[in-house]
Amino acid sequence: MSHSHNADANHEANNAAAISEIKKVTIILSVLTLIELVLGFWMMGIASESLRLAIKGVIVILMMAKAFYIVAYFMHLKHEVKNLIMTIIVPLLLFVWFIGAFLWDGGSFRNLRNSYDPYFKAQSTIKVEKKESKHGGTTHEVAPAAEKH
Amino acid sequence: MSTTTTASPNEAKLWGGGKSPFNVEYGKLMMWYFLMSDAFTFGAFLISYGTVRFSTNGWPNSNEVFRSFPFAPEGVHAPLVFVSVMTFILIVSSVTMVLAVHAGHNMDKKGVVRNMILTIIGGIAFLSCQAWEWNHLFHEGAWWGRNPFLNADGTASSTNFTNFFFTITGFHGFHVFSGVVINIIMLIMTLMDKFEQRGHYLMIEKAGLYWHFVDLVWVFVFTIFYLL
Repeated sequence: MSHSHNADANHEANNAAAISEIKKVTIILSVLTLIELVLGFWMMGIASESLRLAIKGVIVILMMAKAFYIVAYFMHLKHEVKNLIMTIIVPLLLFVWFIGAFLWDGGSFRNLRNSYDPYFKAQSTIKVEKKESKHGGTTHEVAPAAEKH
Repeated sequence: MSTTTTASPNEAKLWGGGKSPFNVEYGKLMMWYFLMSDAFTFGAFLISYGTVRFSTNGWPNSNEVFRSFPFAPEGVHAPLVFVSVMTFILIVSSVTMVLAVHAGHNMDKKGVVRNMILTIIGGIAFLSCQAWEWNHLFHEGAWWGRNPFLNADGTASSTNFTNFFFTITGFHGFHVFSGVVINIIMLIMTLMDKFEQRGHYLMIEKAGLYWHFVDLVWVFVFTIFYLL
Protein backbone atom coordinates (compact mmCIF):
# COMPACT_ATOMS: atom_id res chain seq x y z
CA MET A 1 0.00 0.00 0.00
CA SER A 2 2.63 2.46 1.08
CA HIS A 3 4.51 1.70 -2.09
CA SER A 4 1.55 2.61 -4.33
CA HIS A 5 0.91 5.71 -2.25
CA ASN A 6 4.51 6.79 -2.85
CA ALA A 7 4.13 6.18 -6.57
CA ASP A 8 1.01 8.32 -6.60
CA ALA A 9 2.79 11.17 -4.83
CA ASN A 10 5.65 10.84 -7.29
CA HIS A 11 3.22 10.91 -10.17
CA GLU A 12 1.54 14.03 -8.78
CA ALA A 13 4.90 15.77 -8.47
CA ASN A 14 5.82 14.82 -12.05
CA ASN A 15 2.47 16.09 -13.21
CA ALA A 16 2.91 19.45 -11.52
CA ALA A 17 6.44 19.76 -12.93
CA ALA A 18 5.22 18.98 -16.46
CA ILE A 19 2.41 21.51 -16.25
CA SER A 20 4.68 24.24 -14.92
CA GLU A 21 7.16 23.51 -17.72
CA ILE A 22 4.37 23.91 -20.31
CA LYS A 23 3.34 27.21 -18.72
CA LYS A 24 6.90 28.45 -18.65
CA VAL A 25 7.55 27.61 -22.31
CA THR A 26 4.23 29.19 -23.35
CA ILE A 27 5.23 32.44 -21.66
CA ILE A 28 8.71 32.35 -23.20
CA LEU A 29 7.31 31.78 -26.70
CA SER A 30 4.77 34.60 -26.31
CA VAL A 31 7.37 37.03 -25.00
CA LEU A 32 9.83 36.18 -27.79
CA THR A 33 7.07 36.71 -30.38
CA LEU A 34 6.13 40.04 -28.81
CA ILE A 35 9.76 41.18 -28.90
CA GLU A 36 9.94 40.17 -32.56
CA LEU A 37 6.82 42.19 -33.31
CA VAL A 38 8.07 45.24 -31.40
CA LEU A 39 11.32 45.06 -33.38
CA GLY A 40 9.30 44.71 -36.59
CA PHE A 41 7.22 47.81 -35.79
CA TRP A 42 10.34 49.74 -34.76
CA MET A 43 12.11 48.78 -37.97
CA MET A 44 9.37 50.37 -40.11
CA GLY A 45 10.53 53.86 -39.19
CA ILE A 46 14.24 53.23 -39.58
CA ALA A 47 16.00 54.24 -42.76
CA SER A 48 19.57 53.33 -41.85
CA GLU A 49 20.41 50.16 -43.74
CA SER A 50 23.04 48.92 -41.28
CA LEU A 51 20.74 49.38 -38.28
CA ARG A 52 17.98 47.53 -40.12
CA LEU A 53 20.41 44.70 -40.82
CA ALA A 54 21.35 44.55 -37.13
CA ILE A 55 17.68 44.36 -36.09
CA LYS A 56 17.09 41.63 -38.66
CA GLY A 57 19.99 39.72 -37.12
CA VAL A 58 18.36 39.99 -33.69
CA ILE A 59 15.03 38.80 -35.13
CA VAL A 60 16.74 35.75 -36.65
CA ILE A 61 18.32 34.93 -33.28
CA LEU A 62 14.90 35.22 -31.58
CA MET A 63 13.45 32.97 -34.30
CA MET A 64 16.08 30.32 -33.56
CA ALA A 65 15.32 30.61 -29.84
CA LYS A 66 11.62 30.01 -30.50
CA ALA A 67 12.47 27.02 -32.67
CA PHE A 68 14.63 25.65 -29.86
CA TYR A 69 11.87 25.94 -27.25
CA ILE A 70 9.26 24.33 -29.51
CA VAL A 71 11.50 21.40 -30.45
CA ALA A 72 13.09 20.89 -27.03
CA TYR A 73 10.00 21.19 -24.82
CA PHE A 74 6.80 20.94 -26.87
CA MET A 75 8.20 18.17 -29.04
CA HIS A 76 9.95 16.80 -25.99
CA LEU A 77 13.25 16.22 -27.77
CA LYS A 78 15.26 17.47 -24.80
CA HIS A 79 13.96 14.60 -22.66
CA GLU A 80 14.77 11.90 -25.21
CA VAL A 81 17.79 9.62 -25.23
CA LYS A 82 20.96 11.34 -26.41
CA ASN A 83 21.41 8.98 -29.37
CA LEU A 84 17.98 9.95 -30.67
CA ILE A 85 18.71 13.66 -30.27
CA MET A 86 21.91 13.22 -32.26
CA THR A 87 20.27 11.38 -35.16
CA ILE A 88 17.90 14.34 -35.53
CA ILE A 89 20.26 17.24 -34.89
CA VAL A 90 23.41 16.11 -36.72
CA PRO A 91 21.74 15.77 -40.17
CA LEU A 92 20.16 19.19 -39.67
CA LEU A 93 23.67 20.65 -39.46
CA LEU A 94 23.60 20.42 -43.27
CA PHE A 95 21.56 23.60 -43.08
CA VAL A 96 24.66 25.53 -42.02
CA TRP A 97 26.23 24.81 -45.40
CA PHE A 98 22.90 24.95 -47.21
CA ILE A 99 22.01 28.47 -46.05
CA GLY A 100 25.52 29.88 -46.29
CA ALA A 101 26.33 28.52 -49.73
CA PHE A 102 23.05 29.45 -51.37
CA LEU A 103 22.74 32.96 -49.97
CA TRP A 104 26.35 33.60 -50.96
CA ASP A 105 25.54 32.28 -54.42
CA GLY A 106 22.53 34.61 -54.67
CA GLY A 107 24.61 37.62 -53.66
CA SER A 108 27.32 36.69 -56.11
CA PHE A 109 24.77 36.36 -58.92
CA ARG A 110 23.48 39.86 -58.15
CA ASN A 111 27.02 41.27 -58.31
CA LEU A 112 27.66 39.53 -61.61
CA ARG A 113 24.45 40.86 -63.12
CA ASN A 114 25.04 44.38 -61.86
CA SER A 115 28.55 44.30 -63.33
CA TYR A 116 27.89 42.68 -66.68
CA ASP A 117 24.16 43.09 -67.43
CA PRO A 118 23.44 46.77 -68.16
CA TYR A 119 19.74 46.01 -68.65
CA PHE A 120 19.45 44.43 -65.19
CA LYS A 121 21.24 47.37 -63.62
CA ALA A 122 19.12 49.95 -65.47
CA GLN A 123 15.89 48.18 -64.62
CA SER A 124 16.54 48.51 -60.91
CA THR A 125 16.99 52.27 -61.14
CA ILE A 126 13.89 53.18 -63.20
CA LYS A 127 11.13 54.23 -60.87
CA VAL A 128 7.61 53.25 -61.83
CA GLU A 129 5.03 56.02 -61.90
CA LYS A 130 2.47 55.20 -59.29
CA LYS A 131 -1.20 55.80 -59.91
CA GLU A 132 -3.12 55.38 -56.67
CA SER A 133 -6.59 53.98 -57.07
CA LYS A 134 -8.81 53.10 -54.17
CA HIS A 135 -10.12 49.85 -55.64
CA GLY A 136 -8.22 47.12 -57.35
CA GLY A 137 -4.96 48.07 -55.68
CA THR A 138 -2.33 50.24 -57.24
CA THR A 139 -2.14 50.23 -60.97
CA HIS A 140 1.08 51.45 -62.38
CA GLU A 141 2.69 52.33 -65.65
CA VAL A 142 5.50 49.94 -66.14
CA ALA A 143 8.55 51.52 -67.64
CA PRO A 144 8.89 50.13 -71.17
CA ALA A 145 12.15 48.37 -70.44
CA ALA A 146 10.89 46.69 -67.30
CA GLU A 147 8.03 44.58 -68.63
CA LYS A 148 9.68 41.62 -70.32
CA HIS A 149 13.00 39.93 -70.47
CA MET B 1 -0.31 -4.78 -5.63
CA SER B 2 1.36 -6.16 -8.68
CA THR B 3 5.07 -5.46 -8.69
CA THR B 4 5.91 -6.76 -12.15
CA THR B 5 5.90 -3.24 -13.58
CA THR B 6 8.56 -1.98 -11.22
CA ALA B 7 11.41 -3.75 -13.01
CA SER B 8 14.25 -1.33 -13.56
CA PRO B 9 15.04 -0.27 -17.14
CA ASN B 10 18.24 -2.32 -17.06
CA GLU B 11 16.27 -5.51 -16.64
CA ALA B 12 13.62 -4.65 -19.18
CA LYS B 13 14.02 -6.57 -22.40
CA LEU B 14 12.42 -4.04 -24.72
CA TRP B 15 11.20 -5.50 -28.02
CA GLY B 16 12.44 -8.85 -26.80
CA GLY B 17 15.94 -8.11 -28.04
CA GLY B 18 18.73 -6.18 -26.44
CA LYS B 19 18.10 -2.79 -24.91
CA SER B 20 16.33 -0.25 -27.12
CA PRO B 21 18.94 2.29 -28.09
CA PHE B 22 16.45 5.15 -28.52
CA ASN B 23 13.85 4.20 -25.90
CA VAL B 24 10.93 5.37 -28.09
CA GLU B 25 8.24 3.51 -29.91
CA TYR B 26 8.86 2.68 -33.58
CA GLY B 27 6.11 4.93 -34.96
CA LYS B 28 7.30 7.90 -32.97
CA LEU B 29 10.88 7.45 -34.18
CA MET B 30 9.67 7.28 -37.78
CA MET B 31 7.57 10.42 -37.21
CA TRP B 32 10.76 12.19 -36.16
CA TYR B 33 12.55 11.08 -39.30
CA PHE B 34 9.62 12.10 -41.46
CA LEU B 35 9.63 15.52 -39.83
CA MET B 36 13.35 15.81 -40.44
CA SER B 37 12.81 15.18 -44.15
CA ASP B 38 9.95 17.70 -44.14
CA ALA B 39 12.26 20.21 -42.48
CA PHE B 40 14.58 19.85 -45.47
CA THR B 41 11.68 20.38 -47.87
CA PHE B 42 10.66 23.62 -46.18
CA GLY B 43 14.30 24.56 -45.74
CA ALA B 44 14.83 24.18 -49.49
CA PHE B 45 11.81 26.38 -50.21
CA LEU B 46 12.88 29.11 -47.84
CA ILE B 47 16.52 29.01 -48.91
CA SER B 48 15.55 29.32 -52.57
CA TYR B 49 13.44 32.33 -51.58
CA GLY B 50 16.50 33.79 -49.83
CA THR B 51 18.76 33.05 -52.79
CA VAL B 52 16.43 34.77 -55.26
CA ARG B 53 15.98 37.72 -52.93
CA PHE B 54 19.75 38.04 -52.51
CA SER B 55 20.23 37.99 -56.28
CA THR B 56 17.70 40.79 -56.89
CA ASN B 57 18.30 44.51 -56.46
CA GLY B 58 14.85 45.51 -55.18
CA TRP B 59 12.19 43.71 -53.19
CA PRO B 60 8.66 44.72 -52.09
CA ASN B 61 8.28 46.03 -48.57
CA SER B 62 6.26 43.46 -46.62
CA ASN B 63 4.77 46.21 -44.46
CA GLU B 64 3.16 47.74 -47.53
CA VAL B 65 1.93 44.41 -48.88
CA PHE B 66 0.56 42.77 -45.73
CA ARG B 67 -1.23 45.64 -44.07
CA SER B 68 -4.91 44.67 -44.10
CA PHE B 69 -7.12 42.86 -41.66
CA PRO B 70 -10.76 41.76 -41.74
CA PHE B 71 -13.42 44.42 -41.22
CA ALA B 72 -10.79 47.15 -41.55
CA PRO B 73 -12.32 50.57 -42.26
CA GLU B 74 -11.54 52.01 -45.68
CA GLY B 75 -8.01 53.35 -45.90
CA VAL B 76 -6.85 52.03 -42.52
CA HIS B 77 -3.56 50.16 -42.82
CA ALA B 78 -2.11 48.11 -40.01
CA PRO B 79 0.99 46.19 -41.02
CA LEU B 80 1.90 43.12 -38.94
CA VAL B 81 -1.36 43.17 -36.97
CA PHE B 82 -3.25 40.40 -38.73
CA VAL B 83 -0.22 38.12 -39.02
CA SER B 84 0.47 38.54 -35.28
CA VAL B 85 -3.04 37.28 -34.60
CA MET B 86 -2.36 34.26 -36.83
CA THR B 87 0.93 33.60 -35.05
CA PHE B 88 -0.67 33.67 -31.62
CA ILE B 89 -3.50 31.40 -32.77
CA LEU B 90 -0.92 28.82 -33.83
CA ILE B 91 1.10 29.15 -30.61
CA VAL B 92 -2.02 28.69 -28.50
CA SER B 93 -3.11 25.66 -30.50
CA SER B 94 0.36 24.22 -29.97
CA VAL B 95 -0.05 24.69 -26.22
CA THR B 96 -3.43 22.94 -26.19
CA MET B 97 -1.81 20.10 -28.16
CA VAL B 98 0.88 19.74 -25.47
CA LEU B 99 -1.89 19.65 -22.87
CA ALA B 100 -3.68 16.91 -24.84
CA VAL B 101 -0.47 14.84 -24.95
CA HIS B 102 -0.02 15.44 -21.24
CA ALA B 103 -3.59 14.34 -20.52
CA GLY B 104 -2.89 11.24 -22.62
CA HIS B 105 0.05 10.37 -20.37
CA ASN B 106 -2.36 10.39 -17.44
CA MET B 107 -4.93 8.30 -19.33
CA ASP B 108 -7.29 11.23 -18.87
CA LYS B 109 -9.71 10.75 -21.75
CA LYS B 110 -11.77 13.84 -20.96
CA GLY B 111 -8.66 16.06 -20.95
CA VAL B 112 -7.50 14.61 -24.27
CA VAL B 113 -10.89 15.22 -25.88
CA ARG B 114 -11.18 18.77 -24.57
CA ASN B 115 -7.68 19.80 -25.66
CA MET B 116 -7.92 18.06 -29.03
CA ILE B 117 -11.12 20.00 -29.74
CA LEU B 118 -9.38 23.26 -28.80
CA THR B 119 -6.42 22.37 -31.03
CA ILE B 120 -8.70 21.62 -33.96
CA ILE B 121 -10.52 24.93 -33.45
CA GLY B 122 -7.16 26.73 -33.41
CA GLY B 123 -6.13 25.01 -36.63
CA ILE B 124 -9.37 25.90 -38.36
CA ALA B 125 -9.10 29.50 -37.13
CA PHE B 126 -5.59 29.73 -38.56
CA LEU B 127 -6.73 28.32 -41.90
CA SER B 128 -9.62 30.78 -42.01
CA CYS B 129 -7.23 33.68 -41.42
CA GLN B 130 -4.98 32.43 -44.18
CA ALA B 131 -7.92 31.99 -46.55
CA TRP B 132 -8.99 35.57 -45.85
CA GLU B 133 -5.48 36.88 -46.49
CA TRP B 134 -5.07 34.95 -49.74
CA ASN B 135 -8.47 36.13 -50.92
CA HIS B 136 -7.61 39.71 -50.04
CA LEU B 137 -4.26 39.57 -51.86
CA PHE B 138 -5.92 37.92 -54.85
CA HIS B 139 -8.38 40.80 -55.09
CA GLU B 140 -5.49 43.23 -54.96
CA GLY B 141 -4.20 41.53 -58.08
CA ALA B 142 -1.59 39.25 -56.54
CA TRP B 143 -1.38 35.60 -57.57
CA TRP B 144 1.11 33.16 -59.04
CA GLY B 145 2.55 34.98 -62.03
CA ARG B 146 1.02 38.34 -61.12
CA ASN B 147 2.55 40.93 -58.81
CA PRO B 148 0.81 44.29 -58.39
CA PHE B 149 3.30 45.49 -55.78
CA LEU B 150 6.31 47.66 -56.46
CA ASN B 151 9.70 47.29 -54.87
CA ALA B 152 10.34 49.25 -51.70
CA ASP B 153 12.38 51.79 -53.70
CA GLY B 154 9.59 52.33 -56.26
CA THR B 155 11.09 50.27 -59.07
CA ALA B 156 9.22 47.51 -60.89
CA SER B 157 9.13 44.19 -59.08
CA SER B 158 9.23 40.71 -60.58
CA THR B 159 6.70 37.96 -59.92
CA ASN B 160 9.23 36.12 -57.76
CA PHE B 161 7.78 37.75 -54.67
CA THR B 162 4.20 36.54 -55.13
CA ASN B 163 5.27 33.15 -56.52
CA PHE B 164 7.32 32.41 -53.44
CA PHE B 165 4.73 33.82 -51.06
CA PHE B 166 1.84 31.75 -52.40
CA THR B 167 3.89 28.60 -52.86
CA ILE B 168 5.44 28.59 -49.40
CA THR B 169 2.46 29.78 -47.36
CA GLY B 170 0.31 27.46 -49.47
CA PHE B 171 2.53 24.49 -48.71
CA HIS B 172 2.48 25.40 -45.04
CA GLY B 173 -1.29 25.91 -45.11
CA PHE B 174 -1.69 22.48 -46.65
CA HIS B 175 0.35 21.06 -43.76
CA VAL B 176 -1.96 22.82 -41.31
CA PHE B 177 -4.93 21.36 -43.16
CA SER B 178 -3.44 17.84 -42.98
CA GLY B 179 -2.73 18.41 -39.29
CA VAL B 180 -6.35 19.38 -38.65
CA VAL B 181 -7.53 16.25 -40.48
CA ILE B 182 -5.12 14.08 -38.47
CA ASN B 183 -6.26 15.72 -35.24
CA ILE B 184 -9.91 15.13 -36.11
CA ILE B 185 -9.15 11.45 -36.75
CA MET B 186 -7.34 11.29 -33.38
CA LEU B 187 -10.33 12.92 -31.70
CA ILE B 188 -12.71 10.38 -33.22
CA MET B 189 -10.42 7.50 -32.19
CA THR B 190 -10.31 8.90 -28.65
CA LEU B 191 -14.08 9.20 -28.51
CA MET B 192 -14.36 5.58 -29.73
CA ASP B 193 -12.14 4.51 -26.81
CA LYS B 194 -9.50 3.11 -29.19
CA PHE B 195 -6.66 4.36 -27.02
CA GLU B 196 -8.32 3.25 -23.77
CA GLN B 197 -8.42 -0.26 -25.27
CA ARG B 198 -4.78 -0.06 -26.33
CA GLY B 199 -3.84 1.16 -22.88
CA HIS B 200 -1.85 4.14 -24.14
CA TYR B 201 -2.28 7.43 -26.00
CA LEU B 202 0.92 7.22 -28.08
CA MET B 203 -0.98 8.15 -31.25
CA ILE B 204 -1.81 11.51 -29.70
CA GLU B 205 1.91 12.06 -29.13
CA LYS B 206 2.70 11.33 -32.77
CA ALA B 207 -0.05 13.63 -34.01
CA GLY B 208 1.28 16.18 -31.51
CA LEU B 209 4.79 15.97 -32.99
CA TYR B 210 3.37 16.71 -36.43
CA TRP B 211 1.27 19.60 -35.12
CA HIS B 212 4.23 21.18 -33.32
CA PHE B 213 6.28 20.86 -36.47
CA VAL B 214 3.62 22.82 -38.37
CA ASP B 215 3.86 25.52 -35.69
CA LEU B 216 7.65 25.41 -35.95
CA VAL B 217 7.55 25.96 -39.71
CA TRP B 218 5.23 28.93 -39.22
CA VAL B 219 7.82 30.47 -36.87
CA PHE B 220 10.21 30.52 -39.82
CA VAL B 221 7.69 31.47 -42.51
CA PHE B 222 6.27 34.28 -40.39
CA THR B 223 9.70 35.72 -39.60
CA ILE B 224 11.09 35.42 -43.10
CA PHE B 225 8.10 36.72 -45.06
CA TYR B 226 6.61 39.28 -42.71
CA LEU B 227 9.48 40.59 -40.58
CA LEU B 228 12.71 40.37 -42.59
